[in-house]
Amino acid sequence: MAEAVLPRPWLGRLLRAREGGFPYIAASVLALVLVCALLGPWISPHDAGRIALSEAMTPPAWLEGGSMSHVLGTDNLGRDILSRIIAGARVSANVALYAIVLSGFIGAVLGMAAGYFGGVVDALISRLIDVQMSVPSIPLAMLFAAVLPPGEAMVIFIIVLSYWTWYARLVRGEVLSLRERDFVKLAKVAGVGTPTVFYRHLAPNVLNMLLVLATLQFGSVIVFEAGLSFLGLGIQPPNVSWGGMLADGRNFIEVAWWLITMPGLAIMAACLASNLLGDWLRDTLDPVRRQL
Amino acid sequence: MSGYIARRLLQGVVAIVGALLIVFVAQRLSGDPVALMLPMDATEEDFAAMRQALGLDRPLPVQFVVFIANAVQGDFGDSYQWQAPAMALLLERLPATLELALAGLVFALLLAVPLGVISAVHRGGLVDRVAKIFAMLGQAVPGFWIGLLLILFIAVELQWLPAFGRGGFANLVLPAIALGWYPVAAMTRTLRSSMLDILDSDYVRMERAIGLPERWIVWRFALRNAFVPLVTMIGVYFANMLGGAFVIEVVFAWPGVGRAVVDAVFARDFPVVQAGVVLAAVVFVVVNLIVDLSYGFIDPRIRHG
Repeated sequence: MAEAVLPRPWLGRLLRAREGGFPYIAASVLALVLVCALLGPWISPHDAGRIALSEAMTPPAWLEGGSMSHVLGTDNLGRDILSRIIAGARVSANVALYAIVLSGFIGAVLGMAAGYFGGVVDALISRLIDVQMSVPSIPLAMLFAAVLPPGEAMVIFIIVLSYWTWYARLVRGEVLSLRERDFVKLAKVAGVGTPTVFYRHLAPNVLNMLLVLATLQFGSVIVFEAGLSFLGLGIQPPNVSWGGMLADGRNFIEVAWWLITMPGLAIMAACLASNLLGDWLRDTLDPVRRQL
Repeated sequence: MSGYIARRLLQGVVAIVGALLIVFVAQRLSGDPVALMLPMDATEEDFAAMRQALGLDRPLPVQFVVFIANAVQGDFGDSYQWQAPAMALLLERLPATLELALAGLVFALLLAVPLGVISAVHRGGLVDRVAKIFAMLGQAVPGFWIGLLLILFIAVELQWLPAFGRGGFANLVLPAIALGWYPVAAMTRTLRSSMLDILDSDYVRMERAIGLPERWIVWRFALRNAFVPLVTMIGVYFANMLGGAFVIEVVFAWPGVGRAVVDAVFARDFPVVQAGVVLAAVVFVVVNLIVDLSYGFIDPRIRHG
C-alpha cells in the first residue's frame, strides 16, 4: 500500500516519521546543527561578535532595506544574526551532548545497580530519584546558578542534575525484568563476575532505550539551556547562545521583530528534529514500547 | 485507605527533607557566606565572631539540624535586599504565581479537551491531523518564546492585549497561553487514546444499543471516564507550570515568586533563592499528594486499600 501513496508536500513528509519512514528532514536539520557546531567559524559569513553600528538593525534580506550580506538581518549593535545563530549552535550542541552523555551514564549506572541489586541499594537510589523529582528543575537550576560560577560547565551540571532521573527510572524498570531472565541467571550461576554481567548482559539490552531517550531529550535540553540563558543565568556574553540572543532581542521587540524570531526558529527546528528522529528510532528499534 | 495516606504523607516529608538537604549543600557550595556579609577590610576576628553568631563554627550535621528546625518554621533568614524575612516576601507573591499557573492550566484544558475528544471521535479526520501537527510543534517550541511572539503580534502589532504586569483579566491572557502551551500536546494525546479505549468498550456499545444520543455518550459518559488518566497529568503539569512560571513571569514582568527569585539570583540574595526552591518543592509535593489522594473520589474503582 505504501507505494501507492502519492508524493506529499513537506509537512506530510515530516509526518511520515510516525508511519515509519526515515525522517530525512529531521535528520538533515540535526546534521546541520552539528555541522554549524563543528565548522561554525569557517562557514559563518561574518564574525559573530563583530560590531558594526552603521549596519545596526538591518532587516532580513527579503525586506526593504535588507542586504544580502546579512541574510537574516543584524541586531542593535550591527552583529550578523545568521552568524550568531551559527555560533549559538556550537553552545547548544555542546551543552546538549555533554549533558545527555553524562546524565545517561550516571542514570544508567544507578538504574542498573538499583534494579540488579534490589534491597537497600534500590531503596536508597529510588528515594534519591523521588527527592530529585520533587524539586522542580527550573527553581533548582536557579539555586545552583546563584552559587556556582556561570558558564557552560554550570549549565551542564544543572541539566545533568535534573535529567539523570529519567534514565535511572527507565533502566531500573528494565533491569528489574532482565534480572529474572535465564541468560542473566545462567551467567551468574556460571560464575560471571558482577561487572561483566553489567557490561556484557545488562548494558546491551538497555542501550536501545537509552539511545531513544537521549535523542528525544536532545531537543528538550536545548530548550532548557535556552531558557536558562534567556534568564541570564546560563551562557554569559560575549559567548553567543540562542537563549541569550532572545534576551537581547527582547529589548527591541517593538522595532526589530527578527531579533526574537530567528533564534527561536533555530531552537524550534533543532528540538522538532530531535523529537521526530527520536520517535522514528523508538518505532524502529522497539516497536512494542511505544509509550516511552 | 488511611495506611495509604500515611505512606504518601511520609514520602512527601522525605522528599521535602531531601529538598532541604539539596538547598543546604548548595549553600555550602557557595563558599563562605560570611565573606558576602562582611566588608572587604574585616579582620580575622570579625570573621570568627560572625561565624560564631551564625552558628557556622559548629559541626555540619548540627548546622543541618538547625537549618531544618528553622526551615520547618519557615525561617530562611532575612532577604539581603529587602531586610525582611525571605519566606514571607515570597508568600506575599505566591497568589500571583498560583493565579498564573491556574490560568495556564485552564487554557491548556480548554484547548486539549475538545481537541482530544474530537480527534478520538473523528479519528484520522481534519481535527485529528491538525492536532497531531499542533502536538509536534507544541512540544518543540519553548513557552517563553511563545510568550515573546505573543507580545510581538498581539500586544505590539495588534495592540489587543497588554504585554506586561498583573492586573485584570486582560493581563492574564497572554502569560497564561505561554505557560499553558506546552502541556496541550501531551494532554490531547492522552485524552485521545483513553477516549478511543472507552469508545470501544462494552458499556459504550450498550449505551449505543439503547439508543442514547451519541453526543451524550461522548461528552457525558465517555469523557468522564476518559478524564481519569488526565487527572494524573494535570497534577504533574500544574506542578511543572509552577516551575515554568519562573521563566514566563520574567517574560511578562509578572510580579510572582519566580521573578522575585530570578531577581534574587542576580542580587546574590541567597535567603530568597533558598526559600524559593523550598517553596517550589513544597507546593510540588502538596499538589501531587492532592492529586494522588483524589483518585479514589474521581474513579470509584481505585480505592486505596
